[in-house]
Amino acid sequence: MTEAAHYQKLKEIVAIYLPEDVSVDAITQESHFINELNINSANLVDIVLDVEDAFDITLENEDMDQMETVQDALGIIDIKLAKES
Amino acid sequence: MNYSHIIAQLPYSEPFLFVDALQEVSKEGIKGSYTFSKDLDFYRGHFKENPVTPGVLLTECCAQIGLVCLGIHLMATSDLSNLQIGFSSSEMEFLLPVYPGEKVRVRSEKIYFRFNKLKCKVQLYNEVGELVCKGVLSGMFKITEDGA
Repeated sequence: MTEAAHYQKLKEIVAIYLPEDVSVDAITQESHFINELNINSANLVDIVLDVEDAFDITLENEDMDQMETVQDALGIIDIKLAKES
Repeated sequence: MNYSHIIAQLPYSEPFLFVDALQEVSKEGIKGSYTFSKDLDFYRGHFKENPVTPGVLLTECCAQIGLVCLGIHLMATSDLSNLQIGFSSSEMEFLLPVYPGEKVRVRSEKIYFRFNKLKCKVQLYNEVGELVCKGVLSGMFKITEDGA
């Protein structure tokens, strides 16, 4: 899967958890999940669990702590995929 | 087994404690009970001349037993003085009324507890074993380091 495909897949997951007042178009690589996309910490956990299923990877508490933006998440996905392949 | 140490760590007190006893606690789930005393003040207003336990309080009872008591057990640490909890979602269905004086039993089954979020399937039964309400609840558990 290419970087662009990872991004597309992540965007589809994030879109499910966006609050009503944030549009899907607001998602960019630089978006901060909590401060910009208004996703609460409880929904961020659901995003992480969906990411684990979608990419067949396992995330740790440290990964979760570092996952502030969409770009951070893509970076963590890449590292995990590289380790597990 | 006596689970009073879990109840003692709950961050609630009268008039907002809705747990009397716990009967079973494990990593996968919990069972507990509570009696809605006839004297509880809200019955004067819900409803006027027709006291029925509000659904929000049945949900609260499910959350205190099914999420918070189970979460305290799962946190598996002795120092919970800086525990912060937040109710993050609830999806409940109500099937039967609960009248003043009824004892209810709550059963909760863990769906997952990861990244400080506990999500559970809960069911509340009345004294004769009929299902009163059921649903899925989740909450966040966090120990703050500075106690702030």
